[in-house]
Amino acid sequence: MTIVYEDRGDETAADVPVRRIKFSINGQKKIAEVEPRLLLSHLIRRGVQLTGTHMGCDTTNCGACTVLVDGQPVKSCTMFAVQADGHEISTVEGLAGASELHPLQEGFKQEHGLQCGFCTPGMMMAAKALLAENPDPTEDEVRWALSGNLCRCTGYQNIVKSVLWAAEKLRAQGAD
Amino acid sequence: MYPSRFSYEAPRSLSEAISLLHDGGDDAKVLAGGQSLVPLMKLRFASPELVVDINNIPGLDYHREDADGTLRIGALCRHVHLERSDLLKSKQPVMAAAAPVIADPIVRNRGTLVGSLCHADPQGDWASVVTALGGHVVAQGPAGKRTIPMASFVTGPFQNALAHDEIAIEAVIPAPVGTRAGGYLKLERRVGDFATVGVAVAIETSGGAVTRAGIALTGVGGSTINAAEAASALVGTPLSAESIERAADLAAQAANPRTDHRGSAEYKRHMVRTFVVRILSRADGTAAERAA
Repeated sequence: MTIVYEDRGDETAADVPVRRIKFSINGQKKIAEVEPRLLLSHLIRRGVQLTGTHMGCDTTNCGACTVLVDGQPVKSCTMFAVQADGHEISTVEGLAGASELHPLQEGFKQEHGLQCGFCTPGMMMAAKALLAENPDPTEDEVRWALSGNLCRCTGYQNIVKSVLWAAEKLRAQGAD
Repeated sequence: MYPSRFSYEAPRSLSEAISLLHDGGDDAKVLAGGQSLVPLMKLRFASPELVVDINNIPGLDYHREDADGTLRIGALCRHVHLERSDLLKSKQPVMAAAAPVIADPIVRNRGTLVGSLCHADPQGDWASVVTALGGHVVAQGPAGKRTIPMASFVTGPFQNALAHDEIAIEAVIPAPVGTRAGGYLKLERRVGDFATVGVAVAIETSGGAVTRAGIALTGVGGSTINAAEAASALVGTPLSAESIERAADLAAQAANPRTDHRGSAEYKRHMVRTFVVRILSRADGTAAERAA
């Protein structure tokens, strides 16, 4: 895989620094050639063509671009793609199975955790990391974990309910 | 792609990183957590020609206490490690209070304390905390290591005392002589915003009296403010309503805030005073409880 860049005609091809990286995304191994200045969010959206990861503010505020890097939520607009070399990326596309929604996705549907949906992928990825670490969070703990993710529609109430819904379902599944 | 073009190196050892910086001259930058550097590069406020990513260097992600009580925080210790640290909760009240209010939870997964000190943002929280605790930064360069007291590490807004081929490898908080108390209070409009006002107060008490004090202020001047006069007003006597009021007044005088969208200068100065009183009143309560 390689990324196609605009040629502004201001340098020769040999002057463009390019690095080859290996990473996995949602379990699939990839090799990419990237310029060091390419952001991880752009590698995901333009390179791998997974556009579920949204770019909102592009200034490390809103959290819409949140993905997991080795299981940890990271704002993908604030990490260079080259830094993903050797690491595992998970995006919202990796949540659902072949035929069924992930409990988090189901929870957002059941509890109306979204309106426009723009912040939702980031919310879900941040919530996924929370539930992996803390399967039975309190409402406060959910709010705390999502405090780096902004939503302009819901007032957060239903997002919190959605995550708690998913937590309960995941616990019930685990108990099976 | 908004950052300017740069070359990227991800060395596996400190010596390799230092020689890359040495050869890179003034146009090289160290990348640790990247939560300040990457945004600056995207805005092209910073346009380094070489980025030396130190994330692959092993052995820098620690925070630990020496046998004598000295605390050391490595260059790759993330905010989240400090937020969850039992060591800080039991031994470092000021740092334990600050860690959960740095940026937001996702940024805390990557950002580092040492990186925040190097970034030297006047609104950076850790610089105030480390200043109040009388800490220092250990820098390593081609000629070896040197220690830079925090009070002289920040040389201006976004400027630090490192040479171009030096890496800040750890922050050090000296061991307390007495019982440590204090805290960090931050006023922010919402999680992740810069501090409207931040106040760090660190005291040590012994035999009922304050033996050492440090007060530092975030976001109320051109760089981190070391309110040394305010701190020394506390030393030598037990904490009392009078000494707390005096220190709070002096700290408010040391602040040099500007009116902006986060609040008026007058309001910010008032908040400095309020926060000093609040932190020290709680510390006083804690000390009283212990004595009882």
